[in-house]
Amino acid sequence: MPATPHAMKLRFLVASLLLSALPAAAQQVRVVKLPALQQLLARPTDTTYVVNFWATWCGPCVAELPHFEQLRRRHATAKVQVLLVSLDFASQLDKKVRPFVQRHRLVAPVWLLNEPDQNAFIDKVDAGWSGALPFTLVFNNARHRRQSFEKPLTLPELETALQAVAR
Amino acid sequence: MKKPLFLLTLLALVATLSSFLRPAEGGYQVGDKAADFKLKNVDGKLVSLADNKAAKGYIVVFTCNTCPYAQAYEDRIIALNKKYAAQGYPVVAINPNDPQIAPGDSYADMQKRARSKQYAFPYLLDESQDVARTYGATRTPHVYVLQRAGSEFKVAYIGAIDNNTEDANAATAKYVEQALTEIMAGKPATTSATKAVGCGIKWKKKA
Repeated sequence: MPATPHAMKLRFLVASLLLSALPAAAQQVRVVKLPALQQLLARPTDTTYVVNFWATWCGPCVAELPHFEQLRRRHATAKVQVLLVSLDFASQLDKKVRPFVQRHRLVAPVWLLNEPDQNAFIDKVDAGWSGALPFTLVFNNARHRRQSFEKPLTLPELETALQAVAR
Repeated sequence: MKKPLFLLTLLALVATLSSFLRPAEGGYQVGDKAADFKLKNVDGKLVSLADNKAAKGYIVVFTCNTCPYAQAYEDRIIALNKKYAAQGYPVVAINPNDPQIAPGDSYADMQKRARSKQYAFPYLLDESQDVARTYGATRTPHVYVLQRAGSEFKVAYIGAIDNNTEDANAATAKYVEQALTEIMAGKPATTSATKAVGCGIKWKKKA
């Protein structure tokens, strides 16, 4: 992608924000549309992705977020990627999502999926997902393994899923 | 003569068993017969689908007090009842959440909510969560449009109310209204099942 002046400015801004926020460098929130997420879900690499769909307004989601952070820390050296996909409204980005990510010091990447037409995207993420939150996908496309969970997960449950998919 | 009878018995047995087993495997599909229930309303009375002899059907909504998505749709649920109760399709709201996990969804809080928002429809407590399980509800809000078939009711639509949670005016597809327009014209709903983001039902922790 060519770096437009706007994008460069943004990068500078992000970089300086990151520097100013050290040492507790929380993640920036990346606003994405469905194709970006689909691309990630289809990545053929031998990496195990743990993708959690959540929202700041979803109590059980907020309660289980630390488990994803712990999982990420434990497997930081392995080919494991944890991604937190917020389904908050894009209009809540500055008011709710960014302050939440800072306050909870989330280090795993956070995306905000900006797709108001839910019926149009849920099946494309996973045909077995009803749309209820929280929802978690654990997959490794090189190993053709995939598990999905439409319920809150404990750290041991996450570890079990990770071992099963990454083995 | 014995063999056909045996086969028939076997067939009947399989049919009975599979009809028992079906709801457990992910709930209703459009076209399924909807089981009646007897649940406690916020006024203390028990409510069943069979009670309202004049109903041509129902708009059954699994919803609750605490979920922001249910709150976002609350006024639209009230509006649906206002528009369709007179046409024979009243709203029946059911709260399936375990108040141990979601304290704001207790029976007392349901009564408060129904009073302050002046619900003109039943707001029922699914204490055992059996109705939500049988129907296959997973989230709030989750709608089942039922259509009368004799003394029973059949599922005619399952899913979301419309396609924009944040802004009702920006919704370009009003699924429940579209389905009801078609059903009332004697046709099956063109879009009979939709998915939507919602709060996962707060299921009781298994003992």
